[in-house]
Amino acid sequence: MTHKFPKITVWRAIFVAILTSGLYATYLRVMYGLGGSTNLSDKVPWGLWIAFDVMCGVGLAAGGFTLVAIVHIFNIEKYKPVLRPAILTAFLGYVLVVVGLMYDLGRPDRLWHPLVMWNPHSVMFEVAWCVTLYTTVLFLEFLPMVLEKFGWETPLGWIHKISVPLMILGVLLSTLHQSSLGSLFLIVPEKLYPLWYSPMLPPMFYVSAIAVGLAMTIFESWHSSRAFGRALELPLLVSVGRVLAVVLSFYLWVKFLDLLHRNAFVLLKQNRIETWLFALEIGLMAVPMVLLFQSRIRMCPGALYACAVMVVFGFITNRLNVGTVGLAAGSGTHYFPKWSEVAVTLSIVASGFALFWAIARYFPVFEAPSHAGARSELTEANIAMSVR
Amino acid sequence: MSKAILYDSTLCIGCKACESACADRWGLPYNDQIAAEEEISAHKLTAVETHGERYSRRMCMNCQQPACASVCPVGALQKTALGPVTYDADKCMGCRYCMQACPFQVPSYEWSARLPRVRKCDMCFERQSQGKPTACTEACPAGATIGGERDELLAEAQKRIAAKPGEYYNKIYGVHEAGGTSVLYIAAVPFDQIGLRTNIPNEPLPETTWRALELVPDVVSAGSVLLGGIWWITNRRAEVAKKEGR
Repeated sequence: MTHKFPKITVWRAIFVAILTSGLYATYLRVMYGLGGSTNLSDKVPWGLWIAFDVMCGVGLAAGGFTLVAIVHIFNIEKYKPVLRPAILTAFLGYVLVVVGLMYDLGRPDRLWHPLVMWNPHSVMFEVAWCVTLYTTVLFLEFLPMVLEKFGWETPLGWIHKISVPLMILGVLLSTLHQSSLGSLFLIVPEKLYPLWYSPMLPPMFYVSAIAVGLAMTIFESWHSSRAFGRALELPLLVSVGRVLAVVLSFYLWVKFLDLLHRNAFVLLKQNRIETWLFALEIGLMAVPMVLLFQSRIRMCPGALYACAVMVVFGFITNRLNVGTVGLAAGSGTHYFPKWSEVAVTLSIVASGFALFWAIARYFPVFEAPSHAGARSELTEANIAMSVR
Repeated sequence: MSKAILYDSTLCIGCKACESACADRWGLPYNDQIAAEEEISAHKLTAVETHGERYSRRMCMNCQQPACASVCPVGALQKTALGPVTYDADKCMGCRYCMQACPFQVPSYEWSARLPRVRKCDMCFERQSQGKPTACTEACPAGATIGGERDELLAEAQKRIAAKPGEYYNKIYGVHEAGGTSVLYIAAVPFDQIGLRTNIPNEPLPETTWRALELVPDVVSAGSVLLGGIWWITNRRAEVAKKEGR
């Protein structure tokens, strides 16, 4: 314990430094507008806040719907211990996406406009509705953790009654939302570099989101086991790793066929920044795929964690490529985020970690709830209660 | 029938009377410094560009099937029957998808404003709906910018090219670009030499996203049946297993 104490203060110092810079960046955003707080311009209307805070935020939250589908729709109960952390990650992810949007929108006070002023021909309209509805669904999926904590049985029963349609709705909304973030870029065939522009963007965004959702499950289990001194659910994570390897191979196969059919492989011969970043993105997906197919590596917690981290970074690289780098040449300009853009983004990520930690500490996120059948768990809980 | 503008680069003398008239019409400041800017921006909705000894004028193309209007989540941008693509600042929430989607990189943003708006030429919608010509066509002393019905202007452009084939590059920019635009260009040289983008697809861009969006009802209906069915089967199987197991 004495060894751990200074380590925590270092992290706290970094956390405070990030939030302070984020606060100052927020001041700049409010007082001097997007011009004073970002490097955006007429030719680069979207930057880090869209490409990372929104596009990566939504993707990193994909573990929520993936595990809801696995546990409650496919009824594979053994994954239950990682379900709640995944739902919490997803809920926080979506809340922080909305926070990111408040920074990025020119008129955040009109965030609600798409709900009233409709244009069903706009992908952004679909995105807006998905964000709104799925954040609501995630709130209702998260709520039982709060209600259980305070023992409010009646509302818990209400939520339990609507839980199946609610979960199906959640999976559908996620499917639409993850893919629609890819559809956003279908309108820029002449701007987005052909390594990325493809009519297959929506399904590729969807499949890569499922992959990163699984990777995030491994990632957060690893970190919460360390933060809360819990045992790692290793056998479970090993099989998550195996599913991840399969999803990654499917994703890379689709990506390969896509490049093949569009005759885009020749582009890889060009010595351009796009080629290298594309190679990085593929490498960060292909290497963990190869590693995760070997049971020896899956069984090793450190290697499993490293693979998950690689997938997360591969995913982030892909979204940043599509959202910023891939558009630079076609827009005839360059973009590099201003410090204040980075500060806001880091603050949002740091808040995400802090909120997860705080909520997991005070609410039953890691103790799987005792629904029908789990009698042994119940008695265990009772014993624990009486001991206390 | 819809209104359009024909810009003939060979007739343009670079006097920038169009710029000044445009600034007047929008109530924007105009001085020597702004006149020297050769780019459209939030405070300059049309700009005359110099390309060697040739001129080219930039403004909103007011596309026949505008990408900007199709992507706007709140319908702030609209293609009017008259021809102009209009913008309603009271609806706009500032997502800037229109700017990203526009193949001509036309819409500009008031980046330093606290309550920013998108700015772009709307081919003088108000003036044209009163039967008046656009401010720029009225101001042009050289006849380089003329207004009228799109069909008539296309015919006029073809006539000019046919009459002096040696003086014109034998194409009209805007006939097919992005599915056709309301602003048409003719010039002495290929269009990339006067700063126009020549890699723009001929397909109307709204179709690219619509192909994905039109699948939404299919995904929702097939998806809910599929997920509901899977849930029903797996849940039933678990129930049966539990009963038989005990």
